[in-house]
Amino acid sequence: MNLHEYQAKELFHRFGIPVPSGEVASTPTQAAAAAGRIGGKVWVVKAQVHAGGRGKAGGVKLARSAEEVGQLARDMLGTRLVTKQSGPQGMPVNQVYVEAGSEIDRELYLSLLVDRSRERIAFIASAAGGMDIEEVAAKTPEQILSVAINPGAGLQPYQARQLAYGLGLNHEQVKQFVDLATKLYRLCNECDASLVEINPLIVTKGGELLSLDAKINIEDNALFRQRELQTMRDPSQEDEMERRAAEHDLNYVSLDGNIACMVNGAGLAMATMDLIKLHGGEPANFLDVGGGATPERVAAAFKLILSNPDVKAILVNIFGGIVRCDLIAEGVVRAVRDVKVAVPVVVRLEGTNVEQGRAMLKDSGLAIIPADDLSDAARKAVAALS
Amino acid sequence: MSILVNKNSRIICQGLTGRQGSFHAQQCIEYGSKIVAGVTPGRGGEEHLGLPVFNTMPEAVRATGADVSMIFVPAPAAADSILAAADAGIKLIVCITEGIPVLDMVRVKAGLKDHDCRLIGPNCPGIITPGECKIGIMPGFIHKPGKIGIVSRSGTLTYEAVYQTTRNGLGQTTCVGIGGDPIRGMNFIDCLELFQQDPATEGVIMVGEIGGTDEEAAARYIQQHVTKPVVAYIAGVTAPPGKRMGHAGAIISGGEGTADAKFAALEAAKVRTVRSPAELGSAMLELMR
Repeated sequence: MNLHEYQAKELFHRFGIPVPSGEVASTPTQAAAAAGRIGGKVWVVKAQVHAGGRGKAGGVKLARSAEEVGQLARDMLGTRLVTKQSGPQGMPVNQVYVEAGSEIDRELYLSLLVDRSRERIAFIASAAGGMDIEEVAAKTPEQILSVAINPGAGLQPYQARQLAYGLGLNHEQVKQFVDLATKLYRLCNECDASLVEINPLIVTKGGELLSLDAKINIEDNALFRQRELQTMRDPSQEDEMERRAAEHDLNYVSLDGNIACMVNGAGLAMATMDLIKLHGGEPANFLDVGGGATPERVAAAFKLILSNPDVKAILVNIFGGIVRCDLIAEGVVRAVRDVKVAVPVVVRLEGTNVEQGRAMLKDSGLAIIPADDLSDAARKAVAALS
Repeated sequence: MSILVNKNSRIICQGLTGRQGSFHAQQCIEYGSKIVAGVTPGRGGEEHLGLPVFNTMPEAVRATGADVSMIFVPAPAAADSILAAADAGIKLIVCITEGIPVLDMVRVKAGLKDHDCRLIGPNCPGIITPGECKIGIMPGFIHKPGKIGIVSRSGTLTYEAVYQTTRNGLGQTTCVGIGGDPIRGMNFIDCLELFQQDPATEGVIMVGEIGGTDEEAAARYIQQHVTKPVVAYIAGVTAPPGKRMGHAGAIISGGEGTADAKFAALEAAKVRTVRSPAELGSAMLELMR
């Protein structure tokens, strides 16, 4: 689950990590009033969307008066911001964050993430802040500093110092950095964050460290024990179909093609998409109905994929192991009938009671196209388009 | 022969009394696996599926001499269960549970370093040595004793590979589902090493997917250490970057973990790759000839 910048900064503030003063606003009036309360002469108005690259997309603007803050908020609110990461439709801007302007001396990069290969939380730091860190890592890997943290011992001050000196900080700033890193590590653990990123972490003209941006992802698997953070979820930033799928406990990812897939198992679901592509088609989605593919779930899945108007054919691919094929067939027949499916449906069933399952599909009188194996199914789904 | 488990494996089921634990333990018993006890805190002294239930792992191990544990404990308590099994001297821990927080797994992996044991999973179908011992949720009937070792990050794709090698007569020595989480127990390399050492295994099928770089590491390992034929498939060529594809570990991030990179690494290591999982069995049959 992603958090907005304003939510992340609220958490930063709570853990004692320095951030500029700021307030979130959902109307231009609120934004202008916030500027007054924050004080100073320069403010930054930032669109709150779950996508990076806001600056280049016009989602971060400087204002020199409270009126201008209000005007910028008016321009941004209610629009959709299209960034490099948002997809072509962009993300709705329902809130802006108004923040005191900062005088920047240096821009650094700092993040905490779960390092898969080292199986630990790791800090990543770079003196090349404010830039696309993946690009920095690819072009100038020597500019990337990293330390992995032993979960038993926790972050040690020497590890934070190594990063700080590596970033070229002076003695006073090194102390600040050790303090900041320690608090970040605590936040990461206590909030079950899978990513905490500060880009840029700035050194102000006054020599202080300050988190100019803040990004936090909370790990979905840990939400059960992060009740408070759950309330920070913003469904408006999520894909509509993916959100509805989640309500039915279905794993769904929207794609651009026109052949919808319904599969049991994540690996087989990916493989099915790949096979569609291999046979010249384009998958419309990833959909894993899970190990317990009951008739009810199959029906819910059908309804979901058919609400995508681009879908011109459906491929159902079920390997019935513990789940019996006759039960799956029953679910498919019922769903095709109840949901009034108007596009070709190709079904590949394999596993327990497969003969009964196939017979049920055949005897249903519905226009269900049976397939013998994985490749046959993909071929028939692509052929069904024309 | 086989790897890791056989007809002599004595298994404790942690979470035996739960719905999932009950259903799948029953299936394992029917397959012939020697499930000898269950552990559910607060249910000690009861009997369930005809098995004694204990409150703690040490009690269960002392009473039964078990060396393997199968975990169906729900995600919030599963990490605790893994460490409890390790601390009780269990040598092989098979954790089926899906949805364990990744930071819990960070702590588990660090904790397991104190013990001489192996972990399979979490978020996996388990392990099976056909005809001898099934530990997990895979459908037993599709398997057949034979000569192919299978290692996979995906459950249902394992079943595809199993089914194909059963139908074409090759059969399997042992199949290991290592799971779809980003931080897990045994990896491809651990299984490849055991399959290479196992005299009954004549070839290995490995099924990977997007996310991480374990398949690339496996490719390098195969090139240096594996003399038996290997057939590999990677799922997720069409997966968009930054999106989690069902499995917690199946995500392309920062340009890392693409199916193309994994295919390329495997091909560079002279591994036979197939672009369709429907060809896993036939490709292996070809290499066996």
